[in-house]
Amino acid sequence: MRTAATILRKDLRVELRTLETVPSMWLLAITTFVIFHFGLGRDTLRGQLAAGVLTVTLLFAGMLAINRLFVAEREQGGFDAFLLAPVDRTAMFFAKTGALFLFLVATEVVALPAFALLLAPPSLGSSLPAVLLFLALADLGVAVIGTFVSAIAVHTRARDLIGPILGLPLLLPALIATARGLAPLLVPGAGGSPPAKWLAVLALYDLVNALLAVGLFDFLLEE
Amino acid sequence: MDDTNVIELEGLTRHFGERTVLREVSLRLARGQTLAVLGRNGAGKSTLLRILATLLRPHAGTVRLFGEPLPREGWKVRGRVGLLGHEPLLYRDLTGRENLVYHARLHRVQPERVQEVLLAVGMQERADDPVRALSRGMVQRLTVARAVLHRPELLLLDEPRSNLDPAAEELVEPLIGRASGVTRVLTSHDPSAALAEAALVLGLSGGRAVYVGPPAGLDEATLGSLYR
Repeated sequence: MRTAATILRKDLRVELRTLETVPSMWLLAITTFVIFHFGLGRDTLRGQLAAGVLTVTLLFAGMLAINRLFVAEREQGGFDAFLLAPVDRTAMFFAKTGALFLFLVATEVVALPAFALLLAPPSLGSSLPAVLLFLALADLGVAVIGTFVSAIAVHTRARDLIGPILGLPLLLPALIATARGLAPLLVPGAGGSPPAKWLAVLALYDLVNALLAVGLFDFLLEE
Repeated sequence: MDDTNVIELEGLTRHFGERTVLREVSLRLARGQTLAVLGRNGAGKSTLLRILATLLRPHAGTVRLFGEPLPREGWKVRGRVGLLGHEPLLYRDLTGRENLVYHARLHRVQPERVQEVLLAVGMQERADDPVRALSRGMVQRLTVARAVLHRPELLLLDEPRSNLDPAAEELVEPLIGRASGVTRVLTSHDPSAALAEAALVLGLSGGRAVYVGPPAGLDEATLGSLYR
């Protein structure tokens, strides 16, 4: 875990210095909400439509981070430097998953108020804790799968394509569970308790994928 | 386990797709000795270094480092090897010091060692500049610092003096030169300099070992054939 923390700290420092990833995610999310706002010609969305727009927008913003996650390691020799060190290789997985999770959370800090302003039903405030719980679990799933896919994609020439092509189908269960779970929370007068079934699906999805990714990640670092 | 020989290769073969980059290379290198690997571009020198650094798997034959078979026991020897290759393995947006602190943490090296190697390569004054703002020579000096940070027992040096001016070459000599006393594998575009430092020479041509032996046994014709 100490090694993972070292790599994570390095990734966050590079991002704070370059601002290459998170601001792009902010921009994509806000622009998409604006497009939906004017494209649909509506000030508020509700239920499944609101949940779908929010989830898909955040997922696409996440794809930007997934595509960039290992670029510095590949282009600046970070992989080799890491592989030369006498450390557990899964540390890289935990660090990158942590970084991606934090990038997604940072995106939502800006994207959620923008969504509330441009598209959300007026009652979003009362169901906000439940919405945040769903998004946190979804972020974890995206971070796990995103790290795994990004580690595969970075070794290919068409990495910008491979990320979405592999990642989106694998993330479909998380997308469905998040959108279905959020739908009843994004209607006027919605209560505060989240749908337990979809929370359980998301949690199980995260757990199974995390176990698989940890088991397989070592092989992805081999040249 | 024979730890006297730092490197033992027996029939080492490596392919990239259909192309055989190293073909049945065998040699032994004793502790404290320097191996000069000679050959023109594409002869397999860098591939050999990457295999010895545990970054590439051999496809046939056996490779032992410090008596440990690779790649199976690679994790045991990783911290004992330092690689100075074509790439600096430094993050351009971090400063030299931040890069070295990062590597020190990965290798469980005390933070004080970072200042020590920065001084040794004469980079203490530019240590807090981002790597992207440094000249090639300065980056190479930082790369030397990174390679020796964890006091490796085996140094893999791929054109280590490229981009270094004579003053910088002199500066890094105690760290990566013969004076370091460390077992070394050295490639160089300047065969005469490499031969002067070596106890053993491996001449590679098209991935084949055309010469393995002491520098004195390498005649002009064989040396010339390595670069044709």
